[in-house]
Amino acid sequence: MVRCFLIHTVCPVTALSAGESRVLYSRLFGPDEGALTDQHRELSPEERRLLQKEKVAMVARQVRSAVSLSREASGQLLVEVVPGEEALALQEADSGVARLRAGDPFSEEMSALWLGVQSLGFTLVCEPHENLLLAEGTLRNLTRYCLEHMHMLGQGSEVLLRSNRIDALLSRLLPHGQLLFLNHRFAQSLEKEVAAYMVK
Amino acid sequence: MYSHGSESLIKQARDIDEPELQRFYSRLVRLLQGKELGHEAVDSLQRLLLILFATKYTRTLPSELQKRLLLLLSSRSEQFQVLSSAVLRETLPLSGQELNYSQENIGQLNTHVVGLLLSQAGSRADLSSLCALLLRGLESRQSEGPVHLLTHTLPILNTILTHSPECLTEDHVTLLSKKLVDWLRYASITQGGGASSGGFFTGPRSRQPVPIAELDGTVSGDFFTVLCVGQSFTEDQWMNVYSFSILHIWHYEITTNENATKLTDQVDGSVVSMVSATSSSSRLLPPKERLREKAFQYCQRVIEQSDRKAHKRTDSELQKACLVEAVHILDCVCVEDASLVYRTFPCIKALFGRLSSDLSFARVVLPIAQFYLNHGEMAAVDCESVWKLVFGQFPAELFNDPFLAHELLRFLRLNLESLQLRVPQYIHSIPNLLKFLAWDSTAVLDDFVDLLPSLVTAGTAVELLHTLLDLPCLSATLVLQHRSTCLPISEPGGRGLLSLDAFRNPSFRGLFLFLLRGEAGSGDTIDRLSTLHELLAEAADWPRVVQCAQTVPVLLHIFFNTVVEVADEKLLAHLILVMLERSSLLLNLPTYIEEVHRVFSCHLLRLCKLQPSLVVDQSRELVEFAGTTASVYSKEEMYTHVVWVLGEYLSVSCDSRCSVRLITSCFEALEAVLFEITSSAPPPGTACPAPRVVTTLMSALAKLASRSHDLIPRVSLFLSKLRTVTRGGSVVWCSDEEDLVAIVTRGEELWSLLKAPGVAQSVLTPPPHVTVPRWHRDTNASMPLQLRTLTSLTHSQ
Repeated sequence: MVRCFLIHTVCPVTALSAGESRVLYSRLFGPDEGALTDQHRELSPEERRLLQKEKVAMVARQVRSAVSLSREASGQLLVEVVPGEEALALQEADSGVARLRAGDPFSEEMSALWLGVQSLGFTLVCEPHENLLLAEGTLRNLTRYCLEHMHMLGQGSEVLLRSNRIDALLSRLLPHGQLLFLNHRFAQSLEKEVAAYMVK
Repeated sequence: MYSHGSESLIKQARDIDEPELQRFYSRLVRLLQGKELGHEAVDSLQRLLLILFATKYTRTLPSELQKRLLLLLSSRSEQFQVLSSAVLRETLPLSGQELNYSQENIGQLNTHVVGLLLSQAGSRADLSSLCALLLRGLESRQSEGPVHLLTHTLPILNTILTHSPECLTEDHVTLLSKKLVDWLRYASITQGGGASSGGFFTGPRSRQPVPIAELDGTVSGDFFTVLCVGQSFTEDQWMNVYSFSILHIWHYEITTNENATKLTDQVDGSVVSMVSATSSSSRLLPPKERLREKAFQYCQRVIEQSDRKAHKRTDSELQKACLVEAVHILDCVCVEDASLVYRTFPCIKALFGRLSSDLSFARVVLPIAQFYLNHGEMAAVDCESVWKLVFGQFPAELFNDPFLAHELLRFLRLNLESLQLRVPQYIHSIPNLLKFLAWDSTAVLDDFVDLLPSLVTAGTAVELLHTLLDLPCLSATLVLQHRSTCLPISEPGGRGLLSLDAFRNPSFRGLFLFLLRGEAGSGDTIDRLSTLHELLAEAADWPRVVQCAQTVPVLLHIFFNTVVEVADEKLLAHLILVMLERSSLLLNLPTYIEEVHRVFSCHLLRLCKLQPSLVVDQSRELVEFAGTTASVYSKEEMYTHVVWVLGEYLSVSCDSRCSVRLITSCFEALEAVLFEITSSAPPPGTACPAPRVVTTLMSALAKLASRSHDLIPRVSLFLSKLRTVTRGGSVVWCSDEEDLVAIVTRGEELWSLLKAPGVAQSVLTPPPHVTVPRWHRDTNASMPLQLRTLTSLTHSQ
C-alpha cells in the first residue's frame, strides 16, 4: 500500500530556514497508525493530528535533501521549462528513492519514491515490499497529471486552490493508496473521468 | 512553479484572524444552505480546506458548518463529496453518531466517505465494523447494491488487512477468497459496452460481443487478465484488475497470519497439498486453497503474456511490473504450499533464461532471485547463474540506477542470514557491492550501515579496510567510467580532465581496473596507490566524491566495531599496520584525511586497550611511526595517539617480552622528536606543534623512564632545560603563551614526580588492580566497607 502522497518544495523558500520544505499538498491513506498503536494511544486527537503533520513534514525534508544531494552529485544544470513543456519537465526530472527507517517517521520501514521536477518534489511513501516498479510508474503518471491539470509549471497556486482535483485524481489512480495494474486502455478510461471532473 | 503568490496564500491562510474566520464560517454556512450549490460554494470550500491544511494546529468548525459538511458527503456532485470529505479529514474525528453508516444507508457510502471513515478510525474496533459493513455489501451484491462502492471495497479491505489483519474473521477470508477466485479467473472475455458511454460500470450494451485482445493486438484465447485490452471494460474486468492488484498483500498477510495457526491444521494442509498437486478437481478445494490455485494459474498466464510485444511503451512497462508481481505472488504461493514449487520452477527458470541477458529487466530478476533463494535448495536447482547476475553484472553495470540499488540492497538486508549461509558469492562481491555506495553514497548509506557488519570476516577484513579507505577513489573512477562511456573522446566536455586521460591511458589501466574489480580476493591493495591518488587529485572537489568521502568515517567505525569480534590477535596486528601505512596514503580531500586519522586514532586506542600485547608485538612499526618528526605536523591526531599508546603499553606488565632495550630504543626515538620540535621553529608553511603533542611526548618519556630508571636523568635534564629556555617568555615552537605555561607546568610536575622513582612508577604505570578496581558492585554489601574506610581516615587525623 501507499501510505502517503505529497507535493512539496525542494528549492530554498525565503520564509523557511535552509533545508526546510514547504508542503503544498499531502494525502495520507488508511487509518492513522497513531490511533492503532499503543505507543500513541494516550495522545489527544489534536496531538495525533500534529504528529501526522510532522511526519509528512519530515518526509518532505528528507526528500528535499535527497533531491539536492542527488542534483549536486550529478552536476547537471536544471533546464528551465515553461508551461506547455510538461512532458519535457517530466523527462528531465530527477528521481530516486529514500529508505525511511522504522520509527523514522512511520512505525514501520517505508520507501519514499521521489521525483524532483524543477523546484517541486512529488513523493510517494510506500510500504517497502510494494511493487516499486509499479509505484514508480504510478508516481510518474500522477506527476504528469498534476503538472498538466494544475498548471504547475506556471504560477503554481492551483495546487493550493484546486487541491480537490488532486483528491479526485488520487481516488482513481491510487484509490485509498492501492497501486493498480492499469494497462493503457484502463488508464484511458480513468483519464476520461478525471478530465470530466477537471472541467467542472 | 513555487511562486511568491503561493507562499503568500499559505501565509494568509495561517494568519487569518478569529473574527474574520468566524465571518467566513457563517458566510459558508449560509451558502451551503442554498438549494443549488455553485462555483462560489466550491471556491469557499476549497478556501476553507486551505485554511485548515495550512496549519499544523487543529481548528474547530462551528457545529452548524460541520452538519452541513456531513450532508454534503452524500451530495450527488462528486466535487462536493471530495471537498467535504477533505475538509472533514483536516478536522478532528467526529465524536458520537454523526458519521454512522449501516446496511440501510450503505448506498450513501461513496469512496470519499469510506476514505474519511478510514482516516478517522480511532480504534481497531472501528476498523472491524467498517470491514464487516463492506463485506456485507459485497455479499448482497448479487441482488443490488451501490455499484461504485464495489471497486473501492478491495483497496479498503486491503488497507484494513495491512494495518489490522485480525479484523478479518475466518468467514470474511472465505468469502473474499471465493470472490477473488471469480474475479481473477472468470471475468468476461468479451469487451464491455460502447466506448462512448461515461462511467466505467455501464453494462454490456453492444449487440455483438467483441472478444478482448492481447497487448500485441491478437485476439485473446484464454481468460481475462490485467494485460488484456478492449475498447471498454465490464465491471468484472475492473474487479479483475483490482483483485490482481491486491493479491500479493492478500497472500502476504494471510500467510503471515496463518503461520501462527499452522500447527493446528497441519493434517488438513497436507491433504490439500496432495490435491493441489494434481489440480484437476480444483473446484472441490476449500476456498483458500482454490484461490491459491487460481492465483498460480493467473500468474503463469501473466508471465506468458509479458512475452508479447506491447504496442504502447506504458504497456511494456506494465508488463515488467506485472512480472515482478507475478513472481512475487508465485513465491508467496510456494511458501504456503511447498508442493507447488515443482510446478512453478520450470516457468521461473524459463523466465530467468529469457530475461537474464537483458539488463533492462534487472529489477524483475530480483524477485526471481528471491524465488531461487527460497526454493532453489528444495528443488535442487543450480542458482549459480542467478548470483552471477545479481552480485556480478548488476552492481558493476547498474550501480547508477537508484531504484535497482534500493531494491537490491533491501533484498540483501532481508535475506542476510540465508545469503551468508548459502551464497558465498555474497561475501566475494564486496568490491562490487560497494559501487552502489561509491556512486550514490547518501542514498544507500543507511543500507550499508546494516549490511557492513555481515561483510566483515576474518578473511575479508584487511581487503575491506583498504577498499573502504579507497572508496572516494572508486567514486571518482566510476564518474570517469560513466563519462568515458557517455561522452565520446572527441566530445569537448570530456577534454581538459587529466584524470579522464589517465583513465583512458593503457599504462594506468591496471590501477583503475583494480579499483573497479568485481570480486574480492585478488589482493588487499596495490603498490602504486600514491600514483593513483595523484591521477585523481582533481577529483577532490567533485561533489559525488566529496559526498562519498563523508560517509567513509561512519563506515570505518562500523568496520572496527565489528572486526574486534571476528579477528584474532594476528589480524588485529595486521590492521594496526594497515592503519599506520594508510595514514599517509589517502586521497587528498578537504577534511577527509583528518577525519580518517581521527577514526584510526580512536580505534588504535581501543585495539591496544583490548590487547595491550599488540604494542610490544608491533613496537618496531609503532616506534618508527612515532620517531618521524614530520608526522607531528601532518598527522597530529594519529601521532599523539601512537605516542600515548607506546608510553602506556610498552611495559613488562602488559607483555613479558618487553625488554629494557625495547624501552630504551622507543625512549630514544621519542626523545629525539621532542628535542627536535622544541628546539627549532616548525618547517615553513606548517603551524606550531600542538601543545597536546608536546605534553603527550613528555608524559610518554616519563612513563618509559619510570620503567627503566637509567633513563630518568635524561628526562629530568630535558625538563629542566625546558624550564630554563621558556623563562624568557616566548619560544619559536609555541605561539600561545597560555599553552606554553601549561606545557611547562606539566613538565615540572613530571620532573618532581621522577625525583622519587618508586612513586613515579606506581603513579605513571599503576598496577592493574588500581585502574580496574574490583570493589563490591553491590551497594548494600559494599556499604560497611566504605564506612570502615571512612572511619579509619577520620580517626587517623
